[in-house]
Amino acid sequence: MGSGLYRNWGESMEFVTFEQVSLAYEEGGPLAIRDISLSVKKNEFIAVVGPSGCGKSTLMKLVSGLSEPTSGYVYMNGRQISGPQKCIGMAFQASNLLPWRTTLENVMLPLEIVQPYRSQMRKQRKYFEEMARALIARVGLSGWEDKYPWELSGGMQQRASICRALIHKPELLMLDEPFGALDAFTREELWCMLQDLWQEQPFTVVLVTHDLREAVFLADTVYVMSKGPGEILVKRDIDIPRPRSLDDTYTEHFASQVHVLRDHIGAIRKH
Amino acid sequence: MAFNRRKFMIRNASWMLMVVLLLLWEILCIGLQVPEYLFPAPSAVWSAGIERWEPIMLHAWQTFFTTVVGFAIAVGVGVLLGVAVGTYPIVYKALYPLLVGFNSIPKVAFVPVLVVWFGIGTVPAILTAFLISFFPILVNVATGLATLEPELEDVLRSLGATKRDILRKVGLPRALPYFFASLKVAITLAFVGSVISETVASNKGIGYLMMAASSSMDMALVFAGLIVIGVMGVVMYELFAWMEKRFTRWANRGSNSVAI
Repeated sequence: MGSGLYRNWGESMEFVTFEQVSLAYEEGGPLAIRDISLSVKKNEFIAVVGPSGCGKSTLMKLVSGLSEPTSGYVYMNGRQISGPQKCIGMAFQASNLLPWRTTLENVMLPLEIVQPYRSQMRKQRKYFEEMARALIARVGLSGWEDKYPWELSGGMQQRASICRALIHKPELLMLDEPFGALDAFTREELWCMLQDLWQEQPFTVVLVTHDLREAVFLADTVYVMSKGPGEILVKRDIDIPRPRSLDDTYTEHFASQVHVLRDHIGAIRKH
Repeated sequence: MAFNRRKFMIRNASWMLMVVLLLLWEILCIGLQVPEYLFPAPSAVWSAGIERWEPIMLHAWQTFFTTVVGFAIAVGVGVLLGVAVGTYPIVYKALYPLLVGFNSIPKVAFVPVLVVWFGIGTVPAILTAFLISFFPILVNVATGLATLEPELEDVLRSLGATKRDILRKVGLPRALPYFFASLKVAITLAFVGSVISETVASNKGIGYLMMAASSSMDMALVFAGLIVIGVMGVVMYELFAWMEKRFTRWANRGSNSVAI
């Protein structure tokens, strides 16, 4: 194990690595997470589940470089993370679309900020617009490009929000309970949409959720976290073949996977 | 028919109320035989206004001019300071108590100081209008910037956006409704400022006109002056209300957008 700025590139295709990471938001205050070690492979889809207040969101802030660990190291591509990362897509429970921009303009926002798109924006605007329209169509929002966010339903807003997170082709997509506020049908529809997007053009995904079925359906690997300070209790590989369909969620195998995770969470509660 | 009438009533409620109040005023003055040097009836005010239309317009123009110039300076300073206060916590910490303290000083108490520095007339009126009206603009712009959703900021920062990017792409557009709302308040305050200054230290403007008229017991002219200020205030207020609607339609979508 290396420490410091660089990390050995020995292991296979590690993309994000946590080495005994702890974080306290205030100096000397309580730890939000404790001793987290995990690694995410390139183009892996991981899910982090746990009760509310287990520091899932803290994990996201660490990966994106918005927070610094109090102790331990976080690496991306073998390089220690310092400061906000440049090429990450993020989506949250609230879609956070800008109400003064249309769907299309909202989706194109990252292109106005991230290089190299930013400097090409003036010349290539038409091309980028086509790109955005294609992605919007891909998530089933054709015909809504020129509508404002308040004219969209919650599910549509979330689709647009995911488009915005992906338009600049980030290597890493971070999702913080992105489907938490949606009704069950819409949620499952969006699971499938996300899976399709990911399979067509792979990227690494870190999904934070408290929905166990969602975690099992979408992820290659599920991490269960304990309540504050957050620690990783269990790492579980989900071996359901892809592409997964909603029918799979009603199989014995799927249910048993969910149950195992459920038991771990139940065990946390009893502590 | 009944429905239409109701709609008509609501649309014209303000005019009708005004007419009713004027009538009441007229009837009271005539009925109780109130002497004109105490409380002139609307008809007397009207004829005084017509009679001295030209001097009134001259003074009104002066007041309008000082108010708008003071207001324009207030917009500039208010936006600049508001952006600084809303963006940098240290500026907020350093400046805010000072500004609150300053805003608590009655501006009329400050006019004599301005007179000593700049003489009587236009300059102190402009400065008083500015001093009295920049604070709401500053506070609103700062609030609009400071209440940015932290998640939205995370999204942008994780794209590598600089502070300036965030301000340009999100902060300022988001603060626009706050800004326009403050303009409505600020323009009316600016009128208060310039008229105060004119009553204390000027020989031009509606404030001066009213002071001069009241010292010669010409109450009808005083009231004519009051009404002119009121009308200018309403017109400017409506202008900025219209701009608010026009430029930040997305922020008040509840009332005037087409629902799907």
